Amino acid sequence: MPILEGRGVTRYFGGLAAVSDVDFQVEQGEVLGLIGPNGAGKTTLFNLISAALSPRSGSITFRGKEITDLKPYQICRMGLARTFQTVKIFGNMSVLDNVLLGAFFGGEGRIASADAAEAAASALEFVGLAEAAAIPARDLTLANQKRLEVARALATRPELLLLDEMMEGLNPTEVNRAMGLVKMIQDKGITVVMIEHVMKAIMSVCGRIMVLHHGAKIAEGTPQEVSTNRTVIEVYFGERADASDS
Amino acid sequence: MKKTTSKRMFTFGLVLLILVLAACAPLYAPVYTVILLTSILMYMTIAVSWALFSGPTGYISLASAAFFGAGIYTSAILGKALPLPLVIVVGALASFCLALLVGALTLRLKGIYFVMFTFGLVELLLHFILWWEVTICGTTGRVVPPAGNATVFYAMLIILVILVLTVFIIRRSRYGLALFSIGENEEAAAHAGVHVTVLKIIIFAVSALFMGAAGAAMATRWTYIDPRIAFNPLISFMPVLMAIFGGIRPLYGPIIGAAIFTYLEEFLITRFPYYYMLIFGIIMVVAILYMPDGLVGLIQRLWKGISGRKHADT
Amino acid sequence: MGSYMMVTILDVVISGLLLGGIYAVTAVGLSLQYGVARVLNIAHGEFIMLGAFITYSLYTRFGINPLICFAICGPLVFAVGFILYRTLFTRLRMSSPTPGAFEGNSMLACFGLLFIIQNVAILIWGADIKGYTYLAFPVDLWGARFAANRLVTLGFALAICLVFYLFLANTRLGKAIRAAAQDPDTAGLMGVRINQVLALCFGFGALMAGLGGALISISYKIQPTMGLEYTMIALIVIVLGGLGSIPGSFVGGLVLGLVGSIVTHIEPGLSLVAYYVIFMLLLLIKPTGILGK
Repeated sequence: MPILEGRGVTRYFGGLAAVSDVDFQVEQGEVLGLIGPNGAGKTTLFNLISAALSPRSGSITFRGKEITDLKPYQICRMGLARTFQTVKIFGNMSVLDNVLLGAFFGGEGRIASADAAEAAASALEFVGLAEAAAIPARDLTLANQKRLEVARALATRPELLLLDEMMEGLNPTEVNRAMGLVKMIQDKGITVVMIEHVMKAIMSVCGRIMVLHHGAKIAEGTPQEVSTNRTVIEVYFGERADASDS
Repeated sequence: MKKTTSKRMFTFGLVLLILVLAACAPLYAPVYTVILLTSILMYMTIAVSWALFSGPTGYISLASAAFFGAGIYTSAILGKALPLPLVIVVGALASFCLALLVGALTLRLKGIYFVMFTFGLVELLLHFILWWEVTICGTTGRVVPPAGNATVFYAMLIILVILVLTVFIIRRSRYGLALFSIGENEEAAAHAGVHVTVLKIIIFAVSALFMGAAGAAMATRWTYIDPRIAFNPLISFMPVLMAIFGGIRPLYGPIIGAAIFTYLEEFLITRFPYYYMLIFGIIMVVAILYMPDGLVGLIQRLWKGISGRKHADT
Repeated sequence: MGSYMMVTILDVVISGLLLGGIYAVTAVGLSLQYGVARVLNIAHGEFIMLGAFITYSLYTRFGINPLICFAICGPLVFAVGFILYRTLFTRLRMSSPTPGAFEGNSMLACFGLLFIIQNVAILIWGADIKGYTYLAFPVDLWGARFAANRLVTLGFALAICLVFYLFLANTRLGKAIRAAAQDPDTAGLMGVRINQVLALCFGFGALMAGLGGALISISYKIQPTMGLEYTMIALIVIVLGGLGSIPGSFVGGLVLGLVGSIVTHIEPGLSLVAYYVIFMLLLLIKPTGILGK
């Protein structure tokens, strides 16, 4: 049984279909890449899964349970956490408090303070921000703010993590570190769905890739299959290929 | 480590000393001082309650006068029938319920819309009750059975102490953290598992609870009240200004702000009865222009400047 | 019976328009200040009060015709608004970290201004209710009787709004103001002197308040503490018309005036209650206003 499944998920923005009749399955333990040109509806799909938006039609199930009509906090507590394309950290709170919040509220049931503190500390350790615990989150570099978002999401003890353009705006060294982080997350047994534009990262980290274009799913498969798919090359890699040729 | 414990002991001792001194005030101080202290306690209660919700979340509520007024009216209606402590409890609960209702309706409003709605609430209640008094009851106001100066003073002191303890506990708990996160980024807080709506409504209602209690207690000192006294819009603006003047973030910011402002008001009224509101306005504008983090922030900045220089010397 | 009915309806409608005309003038001013200059001017009513009292003094002291007073009190109140924005609000705008913080800070500063202006007025004019009579003779309109001054007030209110609308639509400055309303940063890049334009907007907002005050003084009693109620009504009107929309404020003003007149006809004490009920329902259900999308 897939851990996350969507059927006929559709959402319009003022008459335009941002996500149109998309079916998808995410298998336990995999890293699924979600790619597509700008405006393809990737982030909208994330917003629909995490209940930041509600779909016009279609249904989404997580671990076999219908989650279509739930609220964001409920979805997080069920074990489905996310990060944001433009970082949404709590800038005036300390790095530790950012993560502590996730630990306190993100899990199922009430957690003891000591356990939450431990979970927060280990999440910070995991992403490599343990030394920065006491400083205000706004003082971190962009790369570290993105790591902080991952740590906050991990502190909610998720089974599935939605990563929205974690590598955007990072330099090559930082991209490599971020790729390492995704692999480490997978090794913990957490399923990952990631939106990404950095092809190198997608190709080496993802076991499977799904391609969106104009809100519709146009291809799905292993990196090899997708990169040789004619439709994909036309709408997506086509642009890239032209760009690299010139 | 040792330094922080001794510092904490010092703070604790200082607070205890002030409390004991204050508690004994009716025994040695003249009546005038007791009345002034009661006013200060009242404004402290309103300002701290206001800052409990609006400080961390950034939702500027101008509904304080509505909650305070609900307490006052409870006292006016039930004052003859029930003993004072019970009246205060009922007044507090009435405000609490009103805030639950208002909160459930409005907390999805953001920014300036929320501000306008909360102030509209005060004016709506004021004009509705004005009409109700005149047309339905055929009266212009109500007499509240008076309680002695000392009684009101102790009632306010007890309310304030319970409030400060409540705020202290909430701020130190996980819910304090969640409140701050809502002010920082509400969407991210929701996606990190915070039940944003329920938390906002409950804290909003808790802050109203104490305003209602303060209103119920204070009504017995005024002995006569009418809708314009009970729902005075000034009560909505004062806590905001006091908290900003003192500093919104630390717990003692609104307390200091309320103490200074109330004393200032008293001082100006007696010295410059014709100019006091004018001077008040000027102080407000200057405070907003030159003290973005409040008095506490100003002092902290100065302190940092001094201690920073010391470190540079060594 | 039928004609009595007609006269009553006419009476209510025209009274509503009279009230609405004044609401429209003051609300257009507030709308400009909030929509463009981003200041939710809680002290708007104090500018109305200033306009009313300046007119009152000029008429009762020097016998200047209230309608000519417009030419004197308008520029005076405009200058007060313009200078306030150039000094106080420009400074606040520069020191506020975000536009949201500026909205909050400027609103609180306005509250301070409210105290200052109101109490200066009390020092000058005293705290009592004042009034004067001008054009108080009755006029027959299709069987209903109205004081001439109220009809003049309505005519002037409509004319002021029309002139102001033409100014915004057709002049260079009007276009700069509308550009700044759309997007202050881009307008700044396009060569609009943004601080100057915002200050002018705030000044024009004050000007409209001043003119509204002068109109009010012709047909109503005035007092230095009258401001807050007019501020609140103007606020309700701009929410009704959609925050920041000038035509919306005009229509909203007339609509609210009609509502007030109808409610007053049914139950005199409840007109303000009705305003606030409409206000709060709008905020909850359709915060973009009756003309908004």
